[in-house]
Amino acid sequence: MTTMTIKGPIEGYLQMEPSVSVEGDVATIDCQSIYYKYVNEAVRRCFADGVKTVKLINVNGQRYIGTGIKGKDLRIEVHGTPGQDMAMLMDGPTVEVYGNAQDGVGNTMNAGTVIVHGSAGDVLGYGMRGGRVFIKGDVGYRVGIHMKAYEDLRPIMVCGGKARDFFGEYMAGGLLVLLGMESRLEGPLVGGYVGTGMHGGEIVLRGEVEPWQVGKECGIFTATEEEMAALRPLLDEYCSAVGFDVDEVMSVPFTRLVPISHRPYGKLYTYL
Amino acid sequence: MPTSLLQPEFRVDIDYNKCHKCGRCVQQCGWGVYNFNERPIPDDSKCRACHRCVTYCPAHCITIRKNDLALRENANWTAGLRKAVWRQAETGGVMLTGMGNDKPYLNIFDHLVLDACQVTNPSIDPLREPMELRTYLGRKPDSVEVVPDGNGGVRLAEGAGIANNIKLDTPLIFSPMSYGSVSLNVHKSLAMAAERCGILMNTGEGGLHADLYPYQDHVIVQVASGRFGVNPEYLQRGAAIEIKVGQGAKPGIGGHLPGEKINKEVSTTRMIPQGSDAISPAPHHDIYSIEDLRQLIYSLKEASGYKPVGVKIAAVHNVAAIASGIVRAGADYVYLDGFKGGTGAAPQVIRDHIGIPIEIAIAVVDQRLRDEGIRNQASIVAAGSIRSSADMAKALALGADVVAIGSAALMALGCHMCQGCHTGCCSWGLTTQKPELTRRVDPEWGAERLTNLVHAWSHELQEILGALGVNAVESLRGSRERLRAIGLDAQTCEIIGVKPAGM
Repeated sequence: MTTMTIKGPIEGYLQMEPSVSVEGDVATIDCQSIYYKYVNEAVRRCFADGVKTVKLINVNGQRYIGTGIKGKDLRIEVHGTPGQDMAMLMDGPTVEVYGNAQDGVGNTMNAGTVIVHGSAGDVLGYGMRGGRVFIKGDVGYRVGIHMKAYEDLRPIMVCGGKARDFFGEYMAGGLLVLLGMESRLEGPLVGGYVGTGMHGGEIVLRGEVEPWQVGKECGIFTATEEEMAALRPLLDEYCSAVGFDVDEVMSVPFTRLVPISHRPYGKLYTYL
Repeated sequence: MPTSLLQPEFRVDIDYNKCHKCGRCVQQCGWGVYNFNERPIPDDSKCRACHRCVTYCPAHCITIRKNDLALRENANWTAGLRKAVWRQAETGGVMLTGMGNDKPYLNIFDHLVLDACQVTNPSIDPLREPMELRTYLGRKPDSVEVVPDGNGGVRLAEGAGIANNIKLDTPLIFSPMSYGSVSLNVHKSLAMAAERCGILMNTGEGGLHADLYPYQDHVIVQVASGRFGVNPEYLQRGAAIEIKVGQGAKPGIGGHLPGEKINKEVSTTRMIPQGSDAISPAPHHDIYSIEDLRQLIYSLKEASGYKPVGVKIAAVHNVAAIASGIVRAGADYVYLDGFKGGTGAAPQVIRDHIGIPIEIAIAVVDQRLRDEGIRNQASIVAAGSIRSSADMAKALALGADVVAIGSAALMALGCHMCQGCHTGCCSWGLTTQKPELTRRVDPEWGAERLTNLVHAWSHELQEILGALGVNAVESLRGSRERLRAIGLDAQTCEIIGVKPAGM
């Protein structure tokens, strides 16, 4: 028997192993007030042991859920409210949150799917390179900053509510969609500085934006019928994941923002 | 009207009596200075004085001179300021430049001298006696446990102490230079040399090329605001992970690697499309506070299996308080980059006017961490114009654990400091992605030269330690009593904790 040092609480959480119960290839982990490090270690251990689905119950703010986990057929269900940087650097798994999420969902994510049946915070999908993030509700500031595409990796984020400022800033690739279907935020669909510094990818908004809201690096277009048709499969998938009616979603014209140049700062400099 | 008021900075003089008319200068010049019409004809305006042609001319018939056009003397309006005004009036552009700050600021290293033993204590001869340079990079424990060694003494208990530290054979590492800003052959040279010298190279923010995987235990992988090439595999390969917040040459601003430098290989390594600009935002948009930094440090630890994570910042006014926050956020090392540090490209106004000297930053950070009782929690890496083993020794005495070199490493590979890195035309094949230029650096040759440099400086450091009468670099670290200042004002002496010579 190994001696166990009892560690004191940290940041309001308990430093102890969570209780894990496994049935077939599904594991359930009770996260109630357990420090994130122990929760995430338990998740990694479950997957290493061959579990395919991990159900996290009583999640209350644990950070880094799904962070750095690789594997296409893996699934994490989050019941409760996950903490910051969920699915950061994730490479393949599906994370589904039955509640709201906080900041940094899908940060630098490579592949996989995140579905949040609620709202989420700031800096979602920062530097995201691939995979999908579906948020049902509202999102905060700096969402989709510097999303980028590479070869067959093309990140997609769809947000069902409204967004604050800096939506899609520095965007270098991928697709960022904002629908404004259900919102608890007052004010317009999206704040200012949309697509500022954008040099790749596209932003699609359900409805219209005023030119003052959009960065000077973007061209503003109304989506054509062909473009709307091309969006339908994605929106179908999104609507069936979060429970919207796709026909209602597509009942109003969409606005497309695309970069004017892949080299927005190409003519900025001179030298001796 | 004249298209430009600017006259050539240099004159390329060819002694045609000696010239073989072989055309090698035409072939060697990356800037397109030469045309060949029965003999090489130089266009002075394109010359950057990088001496590639001079070095390769078999007849030694090329001389590069300053173009001595007399402008009326004016110590206030230097020629450089006048030229910049002319160029900006022509173009409306931001003045861009490469390498480090070239303005004649006071160099504090040059005003510090080291001590030596005389009479009252013996100096040590490192040629015949052991002289320890081994250095551990990372967090040290608050206390260590020891167990009896069976011979009446004690030894460190298993797992106590420095388990998660990186062992360096000498307190010198290579500073981050991204693949994209420098060529792959430069990266290979650095990685091979790092392995041979038992030290580290640093990817910079441009990802880790697959050719460097064999050297990954000697590679720090960097995570910057653009997150280029960053995925879980990248983090797991590195010996350590570094969050780049700032760079001494351009504190507070991001980077733009121009689309023309993004060829297929660079695009694969950075995981971005070919030909489009690689834009690093000025801040990390997930770090707006020390708490956010802590969040990123621990997310990288989670994703990498708890590798050491360092944080690189430019030395700026409140560097001590910032470094304290970084250590408290959980960084295993703090990398301080002084305002003379180099760059592949930076706006000149930023490079030359923002930040503080590395000497001051080392001293105030070391002191602040000591005062707060957290100095053991992180190593200090110091960079930003470490030009010699003397600078290295002085930096260590001021309180650094390790120094990092970038410009000196490039010079070992042929750089002549022409400050044209941003043009992408480096004739020495260093800061370019043009295949006809990059192939000029043979990684084996490069690794040997870098290894020579590291060994030479390490040996010189041993000589300095011997003169100081200590037998381990650990005894010099933070030992400012072994430094004296000559010609520094009293307040600077007080700030860096060094007495004036004679005291």
